[in-house]
Amino acid sequence: MKNEEYTDQSRRDFLKLTALATATAACGSLCSCGGKHDHSAMSHQSGDTVKLLSPNGEIVEVDSSMIDHHNHMAMATREEARQGIPGKKFVMVIDLARCKNARKCVSACQKMHHLPKDKEWLSVKLMKDNDKASPYWMPKTCFHCDNPPCVKVCPVNATFKRQDGLVLIDNERCIGCKFCMAACPYSTRVFNWTEPHQEGLTSADYSPETSTPSKVGTVEKCDFCPDMVRQGLLPDCVTACPNGVFYFGDENEDVVTNGDETVRLSQLLKDRSGYRFMEELGTKPRLYYLPPKDRMFPVERGYDALPDDLKARFKDVMENKK
Amino acid sequence: MKLNEFQQKLFDEQRPHIETFGKRATFWTIFYLLWIGLGGYALYLQITKGHEVTGMRDNVVWGLYIANFIFFIGISYAGAVISGILHILKVEWRKPIIRIAEMITVIATIIGPVFILLCVGRLDRLHHLFIYPRLQSPIIWDVLAIGTYFTGSCMFLYLALINDFAIFRDAKLNVPKWKQRLYKFFANGYRGTPNQRKHIRVSMNLMAIMIIPLAIIVHSVLSWIFGMTLRPGWHSTIFGPYFVLAAIFSGTGVLLMAMWVYRKMYNLHSYITDKHFVYIGYIMMVLAAGYGYFTFSEYLTGWYGSEKWDSEVINKLFNVHEYGWWFLFANVAGIISPIAIVAIPATRKPNWITLSAFFMVIALWVKRYLIIVPTLESPLLPMQDTRTAWVHYSPTWVEWALTLAGVATFFLFFTLMSKFVTVVPISEFGDKEATKEKKQVVVQEVKKEEVIPA
Repeated sequence: MKNEEYTDQSRRDFLKLTALATATAACGSLCSCGGKHDHSAMSHQSGDTVKLLSPNGEIVEVDSSMIDHHNHMAMATREEARQGIPGKKFVMVIDLARCKNARKCVSACQKMHHLPKDKEWLSVKLMKDNDKASPYWMPKTCFHCDNPPCVKVCPVNATFKRQDGLVLIDNERCIGCKFCMAACPYSTRVFNWTEPHQEGLTSADYSPETSTPSKVGTVEKCDFCPDMVRQGLLPDCVTACPNGVFYFGDENEDVVTNGDETVRLSQLLKDRSGYRFMEELGTKPRLYYLPPKDRMFPVERGYDALPDDLKARFKDVMENKK
Repeated sequence: MKLNEFQQKLFDEQRPHIETFGKRATFWTIFYLLWIGLGGYALYLQITKGHEVTGMRDNVVWGLYIANFIFFIGISYAGAVISGILHILKVEWRKPIIRIAEMITVIATIIGPVFILLCVGRLDRLHHLFIYPRLQSPIIWDVLAIGTYFTGSCMFLYLALINDFAIFRDAKLNVPKWKQRLYKFFANGYRGTPNQRKHIRVSMNLMAIMIIPLAIIVHSVLSWIFGMTLRPGWHSTIFGPYFVLAAIFSGTGVLLMAMWVYRKMYNLHSYITDKHFVYIGYIMMVLAAGYGYFTFSEYLTGWYGSEKWDSEVINKLFNVHEYGWWFLFANVAGIISPIAIVAIPATRKPNWITLSAFFMVIALWVKRYLIIVPTLESPLLPMQDTRTAWVHYSPTWVEWALTLAGVATFFLFFTLMSKFVTVVPISEFGDKEATKEKKQVVVQEVKKEEVIPA
């Protein structure tokens, strides 16, 4: 009798203890996966503090490194990252009439993805279509082509086209052969020639949708920030631009927005004669340009105030202006 | 294994080279190992510091390593095509040189892919090529083609060697036990019975027939790694045939160089005769004409047209401040010199022919570089980059060290092979050759008898 009672109770206790132990172990393994980078994240006192509200209504200051800044609710699983956000067909429109080379888009993208200053997933080119034409600033992201030459040549399926139109890279699959870089006619991809030094990032932060952290020996590029989109936010380049140059949206809904204005995509392209860069290559980009007509700023506004090293990039085109 | 008179003489002359390693071979082996060691250090730097130690950057993503890869796979055509075609045509004079040709094939096909590995950013993920392959990618076509080609070439070389291994096994050579065991192992129980001979003959005929379309596929696939992109200078329909022809052409050059070196080193003048140099020289000349025609067609078409991107690449090649001198060298040494030297009877001699072959091989390497780099330096969008390393490709010492290490490995393999098997195959001169000699002797005897009574 006593034995059976004892046995029932101890079995329950045993099961509870096992469940608790398993849950603890699972949490522990989740915390410790990612190897040495995790230690650096947790033990590294960044010195920045964040003010939080405690349950008692007090303001508490906590070191920034103690907080998990990432919204794991928005992190897609590997399968989701390959499939894409259902029902969407992302598209971007860049209004060349408004761009004055403020380069806020470039720095926002670099900040968001922890890129060094000389690595540009989004670059601003100074284009001059012919001798008599005036030069204009052309921000260039990845075009996320519908007929992507990069995806065609990847030997290991590290770069792939999703149903929502985005072309992403899985930098855990990439072998770094750089065939995609040779195949992309728009020179949009960049390579990690050396070990990237990105503080505070762990491999738990990585999915093909965040494209961060970078890995040495792999290729990376603009990804249209699908992790932001999953949270209902616009990519950082769109919101950072002070002149509303970038419109981002959904072709299925036929709407794009630059954060201030929301317009019908088809109407915008029709009215403003939207075109795609080097249409004749047949890659079918998902990024449209609005021609630099009736410009908001003269082209010098984007050149004169530049630091010398950036000015040197565009000197040739600017000097041939006349 | 029984040897006829001719074979016995041939064997006795070459025997010392496989019995003793010799001071000269030791010297060269150490010399090559030093270069390989330097390459090893360069590789260590590349692996630990990343590819930033090379000159490649985001625009010129492929440089010396890919040029070397194309170059080595190209010269591998010496054995595949030349040896294969000569075998099918049953050309008698091929016999002393086919082993050299096949060795070039096998060794070059080992070293070529190593250079791709050097160019790949993540060596730790190479297995992805086998577990996640995408058949739509020219690189996977490449993996399949080169894998098959290497297997086929090894088989072709080995089939030709079996009989010789049996000869070495039975000859009571003065070699260490491990070497004797190796000969026995590779001889694979060959005794020279009619059945075995038939099997080898049929297999070799089959391999020779198969290796030719295989070789054409391999270098076509290689060319399509460039041809299937949208870049000016690469997206050209001529690339498939162009690369195949250039490969066979460079193969003859390396074959001539190898023949010359071995003939000198091992005193094989009675077997690798002046006639051989002239015949291979003729083949080289014809291929030079073909290669020259393709080159001319390619660049005339590009130069005549007005398209912006093609013109940019052509201007880089014709401009003496950019790649002009290299382009000139590649065409003069690569096309004009071999044709001239073989065409003019006064220079149709082994030394001259080999010299032109040497410059031709270098010229073809330069040509591969000129195919890869100027196109990558002319992207469709303006670079607008102030970093010189990003705008203009300049190979670093790491890349040169690894290139030289690859060349040293190539020569090292040759040195070691020639100490393991005879350079001129013994078994090729089987009964047919002996019968021919006997016939010649009998004819001479008969002639003498006819003359004297009269």
